[in-house]
Amino acid sequence: MSVDPRVLPAALSGEVRLPEKLAGVESVRSVRTPIRLEYDFIPGAASAGYLNAFADRKILGQRSPVDGAVFVPPRGVDPRHGAATPDYVELPDTGHVGGFCVTRLPIPGRDDLEIPYVSAWIHLDGADVGFLGLVAGIDTSEVRMGMRVRAVWKPDDQLGRTAENILHWAPTGEPDVPVDAAGTNAWHAKQAAGSGERA
Amino acid sequence: MAERTAVLGVGQTKYQTTRGDVSLPGLVREAAYRALEDAELDWPDIDAVVVGKAPDFFEGVMQPELYLAEALGAVGKPLLRVHTAGSVGGSTAVVAASLVQAGIHRRVLTLGFEKQSESNATWALSLPQPFSVSINAGAGGYFSPIIRQYMARTDAPELIGCMVAFKDRRHALLNPYAHLQQPDLTFEQVVESPMLWAPIRFSETCPSSDGACALVLGDEAAGDASAQPVAWIHGTALRSEANNFPGRDEVNPQASRDCADDVFAQAGIADRRAEIDAVEIYVPFSWYEPMWLESLGFCDIGHGWKLVEEGATHLDGGDLPVNCSGGVLSSNPIGASGMIRFAEAALQVRGMAGDHQVDGARKAFGHAYGGGAQYYAMWIVGSDKPSS
Repeated sequence: MSVDPRVLPAALSGEVRLPEKLAGVESVRSVRTPIRLEYDFIPGAASAGYLNAFADRKILGQRSPVDGAVFVPPRGVDPRHGAATPDYVELPDTGHVGGFCVTRLPIPGRDDLEIPYVSAWIHLDGADVGFLGLVAGIDTSEVRMGMRVRAVWKPDDQLGRTAENILHWAPTGEPDVPVDAAGTNAWHAKQAAGSGERA
Repeated sequence: MAERTAVLGVGQTKYQTTRGDVSLPGLVREAAYRALEDAELDWPDIDAVVVGKAPDFFEGVMQPELYLAEALGAVGKPLLRVHTAGSVGGSTAVVAASLVQAGIHRRVLTLGFEKQSESNATWALSLPQPFSVSINAGAGGYFSPIIRQYMARTDAPELIGCMVAFKDRRHALLNPYAHLQQPDLTFEQVVESPMLWAPIRFSETCPSSDGACALVLGDEAAGDASAQPVAWIHGTALRSEANNFPGRDEVNPQASRDCADDVFAQAGIADRRAEIDAVEIYVPFSWYEPMWLESLGFCDIGHGWKLVEEGATHLDGGDLPVNCSGGVLSSNPIGASGMIRFAEAALQVRGMAGDHQVDGARKAFGHAYGGGAQYYAMWIVGSDKPSS
């Protein structure tokens, strides 16, 4: 065998020979070049409707014409069927916690976050997919799948056209949604219950 | 009928935190050179080159395959780039294989790489998006809720993930190319390491590595002509799905199950656990070993953690050795990580895996996944030619 798997071969870089005229020059191994890119985000129709509604404290989803499933944030399409979803649905600012993560790492640009913090898939009442949110107002060890939550909004004079209008999601104290009907289980539980028809 | 295709050569760089002695071209050149050396071929023998890496914004070099064409001997030859996030190393090998299977090229060089020391993957994966809040801390933040769901569904003992991590770090000691070499590590240290993304501990995550992995693939005549053992490809499959839709099974995605069914059917394998001798699956967070064992049909749903607990996945004494190379948990040059799984499967059936060789391995399984557990690439290789 030409290659012995138990022995590391020598790095090829060892064979590089510099020209004579570069003999005394200090070698440069790396150069740090911080870069920055600023750009304007031009949302498509679905995202524009969603972001504009946030300024009025409204959360908009879109309904699938195929089976009525509601998507939030709306992306203009039902990814299961490739069907356009032109119809908006206004959703309440209440729901439950699906999957979640207790994170102990700081995030650049979010110095306001106390470590540890809980990021979660929030399943809004009336929506059929989760969207990302911060869960606060409760000890991180007490967060659980199925826990009922309500949005805590920024003051009116600070509202913009952004999902950041919702500071976090706080527990409502209502009874939990059973785990087998929470998060990504919710859709199957709803189908099984035969409550497929929606307004 | 597709052309029978073989892995003629494998080339890897030593995986480590920083390869400060080489640039990107130097890094990929080293892996490609070694693959050619292993295949006992030279640059002119190669008809086409297929390159994969994780998203360009990791290192900030756009379309690096163009910049790397000279280093890979690809000038004047067809050069193809593959993009499928973390699964890309696997998808790239599958695309390269398809060029030979389709009779388009006789010998193809394929390579995956990443230079994590020149990037910051965790934060590159946490870019602020205008329609979402920025609170997702890298891949761990994404996969932690899915792992939590698996634990809830199966009632698996809490330390199963630690057992996987400790096993893979022991395996890494048998592989000189593996990044993490921790001979003094104890199981207790794994258990006591800090929680980063609960329930994922620091020691249950993959390292950040620099590295490249290359394969030389050839047609049946090239495989027959090889003086060295080759690995014959018995099946390849790719699948993908959206990352968020109503009722999505995030723990056991349909794309994963469909991809596995396809590749095992191609290879004519009925009893997956009994007929596969060595498994290389993409496990960047420890709990993904039992999760994928179930999804891939190596055991019943809900039983993956039992294989871990019984030691079935150990090289030493297990009947289904998993990640004998140390796996992604011991080396993670992202764009190469999937190809390393495919390469290690090939090394096993060629009998060339050195100290982490599974005795008498005849059939091996290579796997990669990426994105939000939504892109899949798999192959099965064997010591013998496939029947069709």
